[in-house]
Amino acid sequence: MAAITDVALAVNHFGLGARPDETLPPDGRGYLLDQIETYSAYTEPWSALPASADVLTADMQAQYALRGQSAQIRSDAQRDRMAAQHDIYQNAVQARALSALLTPTPFIERLVHFWSNHFALSVEKGAVIGLAGGFEAEAIRPHVLGRFEDMLIAVEHHPAMLLYLDQTTSIGPDSPAGLRADSNKTMGENAPKRGLNENLAREAMELHTLGVRSGYTQNDVTEFARALTGWGVAGPVEAAQTGRPHADPENNSAPGTFQFFPARYEPGDRTVLGRQYSAQGEEQGLAILRDFAASPSTAQHLAAKLARHFSQDTPPQRLIDRLTRTFLEKDGDLTAVYHTLLAAPETWALPAVKFKTPWEWLISSYRALGRQDLQDIKFAQLMTQLGQPVWRPGSPEGWDDIAASWAAPDALVRRVEMAQRLAAQAGDWRDPRALARLVLPNILSESSATAIAHAESAVSGLALLLVSPDFLRR
Amino acid sequence: MQRRDFLRCAVIAAASAMFVPRVVFAKAATERRFVFIIQRGAADGLDTVIPYADPDYARLRGAAAVESAVRLDGTFALHPSLVETAKLFTQKQALFMHAVASPYRDRSHFDGQNILETGGTQPYQIKTGWLNRLLSLLPHEDHEAVALAPTVPLALRGPIDVISYAPSALPQPSDDLLLRVAQLYQYDHQLHGLWSEAMSARSIANGADPGADHSRKNSANIGAMAAHFLSQREGPRIAMIETDGWDTHTAQTGRLSNQLKTLDTLVASLRLGLGAAWDQTTVMVATEFGRTAAANGTGGTDHGTGSVAMLFGGAVNGGRVLADWPGLSPGALYQGRDLRPTLALDVLVTAAVSECFGLDPQQAGHVLFPAMKADYRAIMPLLRQ
Repeated sequence: MAAITDVALAVNHFGLGARPDETLPPDGRGYLLDQIETYSAYTEPWSALPASADVLTADMQAQYALRGQSAQIRSDAQRDRMAAQHDIYQNAVQARALSALLTPTPFIERLVHFWSNHFALSVEKGAVIGLAGGFEAEAIRPHVLGRFEDMLIAVEHHPAMLLYLDQTTSIGPDSPAGLRADSNKTMGENAPKRGLNENLAREAMELHTLGVRSGYTQNDVTEFARALTGWGVAGPVEAAQTGRPHADPENNSAPGTFQFFPARYEPGDRTVLGRQYSAQGEEQGLAILRDFAASPSTAQHLAAKLARHFSQDTPPQRLIDRLTRTFLEKDGDLTAVYHTLLAAPETWALPAVKFKTPWEWLISSYRALGRQDLQDIKFAQLMTQLGQPVWRPGSPEGWDDIAASWAAPDALVRRVEMAQRLAAQAGDWRDPRALARLVLPNILSESSATAIAHAESAVSGLALLLVSPDFLRR
Repeated sequence: MQRRDFLRCAVIAAASAMFVPRVVFAKAATERRFVFIIQRGAADGLDTVIPYADPDYARLRGAAAVESAVRLDGTFALHPSLVETAKLFTQKQALFMHAVASPYRDRSHFDGQNILETGGTQPYQIKTGWLNRLLSLLPHEDHEAVALAPTVPLALRGPIDVISYAPSALPQPSDDLLLRVAQLYQYDHQLHGLWSEAMSARSIANGADPGADHSRKNSANIGAMAAHFLSQREGPRIAMIETDGWDTHTAQTGRLSNQLKTLDTLVASLRLGLGAAWDQTTVMVATEFGRTAAANGTGGTDHGTGSVAMLFGGAVNGGRVLADWPGLSPGALYQGRDLRPTLALDVLVTAAVSECFGLDPQQAGHVLFPAMKADYRAIMPLLRQ
């Protein structure tokens, strides 16, 4: 019995939900550990998506070409541009959902979703709507089983994050570019106001690494922001902003990728959290980031989030402590942290208490219905109807991972409506009683089984399965 | 009618709210039309065509017994919600068949509907539906098909291809589903409170009893749409309409009354929309099984066995109730609780479609209900020749 329960938890709690067309593994933990070995970052349908550098370059070139055109032409082009970016976004959401439906490594896929939400961007900022999919594919997926520091640097180097948190506009006041802007102003020219932007520095400390109220001061944030000056994106958009076609002739970064701009870098030593950083240029920001990645505050912050995701909304402190210890002892090796997670009895507890987010619920529903494709399904639209538009949490903090944010009266009604629609699409292809036992092995409660068995039609039985308390939680 | 005249088949279905009638059509070059209306959830035959003269009816139903029913003959009366249906009966265009059941003798909706639609004797034994196999009996040149629903119901599934076309509007959850969700969350301390809150907000927003009204309007639309397709010169000749909400375990008096009003509206709108074609139309209504003879403790009835089937149409040999009435005395009840079936639903279906399309009932029965042993003499003719 215990083994069956472990298998059910491996599939439904650690994975993305059982599929009736997949045989259950003999051993839950072994099944999850195997996935660490077999995970592949760039499989279909991710590999079919355009690279964010290409998306960004094409977009920047289109914008650059409009310089000097009439307002009408520019406004029409702007509309077309946004529509094109929106299409790219929707395709990326489809790819993400399809990957979640069909992946052979659903536990690792869940971890990708976890880290993507940890390093959240939000596509209501028009500049990143076409880049969100590429960000997850390029900054998260390759690093999900690697060291945290590598993922962190990939994230902070990624054009999507640099644009989302305004790093591309940050200029050191005493940098060559800052001094020039200043002198323009004293000359009375209508120069744009340029200077330090702390957005990325603050969120990288508060959300990505150390955690809020972990002991840093405003001065630490400002110092880190100074160290990050010069971090930007190569290509025509930079040329447009500086008024020069090539900001730095010596730089050979490909358009649409990370580029360090020495002209914007604030020169000087920095002091962050009491430690002095005398390296100059890009290396200064990197050195600080690496120290953040290795900080005990970061370890605790990440451990608490992982523990919350895999145990309960208020995770046991001893679990957080064990994860923290592994993170620090193993130098931020995420796979080592996952091993600790899988060895912890607290993450294998029943009854299931984690209330699924709309994303988790919809993915697990389609998996339970044996769906093999997303033809005629607009996944982005469904997620908006369920109240969790993909890559649009509204802030860099990402989506909440507690029931209080998702278990609400109206949200529940929407799930029931959606369940009815999904069940009607599936039809009476399968006996819902048998399906319920198949996808919730040993965790289907007696009362849910009875309610499903007494439904007045197979379609209604399927809908009840999808909204049963056992299926709403993982 | 010439069998060689059958040309092609098309299937159309439509989905909508609460009563959720979904229609499916098939095309054939004939002037005869056949409409199959399935009542999903086990409709209570005893409160639809009421055996008022049976002294045990009032005893078994007690306070839940139907009042002001319309007398049909010396034994049976019609539920007062079936106003238009009663007029058809007077015009001899409605035939009720009582104490009817499929070969299924257990009490699971899924299994019962599966047998009703596949024509098998064991659930999930046959993979195709009898309406699809009926199409295969009719010569055809073109199998083009359209369904105005997300899926094609099992009765119409099979080797003859059907394309489905889903309407874009998201159907509201049916009242039945909402009720069942409430029961499902009854003992869940988190979900129970949330659901109660959601439902009270919903009823405030909607005003009093919005579902019933909406559902009737909807049903009239479905009936009119089905009739529109069926009455076209080149239109489909076979339709299937799915209805649900019949599983009245609680508060049956009000719920069944609403259900029957909706069914009444559906039949009336079919007749109205078909116009002259009504004379060539046969509408059959059937459910997977009946409900307990006695009322339960919550003003409802539980899963039973024998129920009612109905035939409507200009050619129906109607104005009568066809029944070999077994009675409702304790000794007469099936397993001591249900109306004992004395008429086989598969025989009635075979007779009705055979007469409608001029097929040989023995041959048709072999294809539609392979395990059936039938004697048609006792029940035919169901249509006027």
